[in-house]
Amino acid sequence: MTANALYLRSPLHPLAGLLHRRSGLLLAVLLGPPLIWICVIYLGSLLALLWQGLYSFDDYTMAVLPQLTLRNYALIFAKGNWDIVLRTLAMASAVTAASAVIAFPIALYMSRHATPTVKALFYIGVMLPMWASYIVKAYSWTVILAKGGIVFWAVGKLHLLWLLEYLLGLPYIGGSTLSTSHLGRFLVFTYIWLPFMVLPIQAALERVPPNLVQASMDLGARSAQTFRHVIWPLAFPGVVAGSIFTFSLTLGDFIIPTLVGPSGLFIGTYVYVQQGAVGNMPMAAAFTVVPIVLIAAYLAMAKRLGAFDAL
Amino acid sequence: MRSEHEAGAGWCLKSAAWGGLAFMHFPIVVIFLYAFNTEQSAFSFPLQGFTLQWFGQAWARHDLRDAIWLSVRIATLSTLVAMALGTLAAAALYKREFFGKEGITLMFILPIALPGIVTGIALLSAYKLVGLESGVLTIVIGHATFCIVVVYNNVIARFRRSSQSLIEASMDLGADPLQTFRYVVLPNLATALLAGGMLAFALSFDEIIVTTFTAGTERTLPIWLLNQLSKPRDTPVTNVVAMMVMLATMLPIIGAYYLTRDTDSVSGSGK
Repeated sequence: MTANALYLRSPLHPLAGLLHRRSGLLLAVLLGPPLIWICVIYLGSLLALLWQGLYSFDDYTMAVLPQLTLRNYALIFAKGNWDIVLRTLAMASAVTAASAVIAFPIALYMSRHATPTVKALFYIGVMLPMWASYIVKAYSWTVILAKGGIVFWAVGKLHLLWLLEYLLGLPYIGGSTLSTSHLGRFLVFTYIWLPFMVLPIQAALERVPPNLVQASMDLGARSAQTFRHVIWPLAFPGVVAGSIFTFSLTLGDFIIPTLVGPSGLFIGTYVYVQQGAVGNMPMAAAFTVVPIVLIAAYLAMAKRLGAFDAL
Repeated sequence: MRSEHEAGAGWCLKSAAWGGLAFMHFPIVVIFLYAFNTEQSAFSFPLQGFTLQWFGQAWARHDLRDAIWLSVRIATLSTLVAMALGTLAAAALYKREFFGKEGITLMFILPIALPGIVTGIALLSAYKLVGLESGVLTIVIGHATFCIVVVYNNVIARFRRSSQSLIEASMDLGADPLQTFRYVVLPNLATALLAGGMLAFALSFDEIIVTTFTAGTERTLPIWLLNQLSKPRDTPVTNVVAMMVMLATMLPIIGAYYLTRDTDSVSGSGK
């Protein structure tokens, strides 16, 4: 074999030959470092987290004790704590629904109606806010919603202050000002995670075969019918794929709930307070299992709805 | 081919799409406006006046410079680790099919799929367990872990597009693996690797949730900014820095877009 003869010239030929003949060995050499990193550091940490959740915490001495107990995991279901879970879930669902409603027209216009130049503009126009600094975007909203800020100015100019007052007076979503209300928090969350919803829907819409749409039109369906019976069912997995991001990211966030909205705790803020101010690391660790379980359940559902093929 | 019916979007769809795009950029514009505002401690609108003086004041702040320098060092180190590990993973996984491959792919995605708070507190418990003091090292470990997938995604897309026969030809012509890597594989990967690196850098530079748990007393730029938010007297400096950070995180994505736009999968579509 000439190829093998040529290997002999190379100083690394035994190694090269070996790797070439034994592709399993090559795989191990390539995959080893990243896999070890992820397994040891990441999966190791997750196991450490579950283990930490079993430790006890002495409420009087504020000390973590190495006695194993299931009390922390049981406490998740205590009245106040379970409310935190429900409150966060409600917000994550509302944010997901609102993102889908705002994102769908953008994605539809991008993928089916825009000229290539406009499409490129939209593409980068969605990616820029997605990558722009998270903390600065959150800060920007505190500026916008501030008393005397842009929103109040605009609402005043439009003579709609009565409407704002009315919205803030509503139970559950209201509050004393926009920046301390659930409504304000919902707005910020929706804004921040919106780009994550647009791109998966756009990708799903791109894959809708044009001849199906054509056939539907040729067979006499009106635009609305074509949308309902052809485009929407095929784009739905994209919506579910996008919702994975909006749902999961809202569920674990603790910065936005501290910056905007009323004082009620979210999963993220509870974990942060337990770990930091209270120093009850085991309880914080146990409570982190809640978002893990919720997201695992959500992913399982998304997989059934075909979202992974749309990613 | 687009049909006649489809080409014209209704004004309703059109305005919803453009309106949505405007909504996404509105807070960014606000940040750029307020950086030049003369008002000291409130956010009243219309703006009070135009000034550049806060830029000088911000530059003179040592705590800010320390935070920037720390963030740059951390982002650089994390990016380098992520580039090495992400490329290796992509090279291993792009064409082979074997048992457990899906699981392995999922594991690389997991650090970014689970909320930052899970990653953050998991790392913190692990550090406590092995007695590792919080500092630059602990932050870098965390950042590198979730940056791997960004590089991996970019590089594997390029690998899938490039032809295996080039590598085989190089080997047949007597190049050793290092030479093949240096003269055939690397030039082919270069732009994808660079794009992935830029995105990883931007991701690490801006990360705050995992960092809060792994930083101990260190203050990266995002943490510095978060602390600033509770200091109303410092508002002008905060505004200026917010604008600079916004720019610093948006420029890499534009760069990555132009580096990979001619390929079938453009960088940055997933964060």
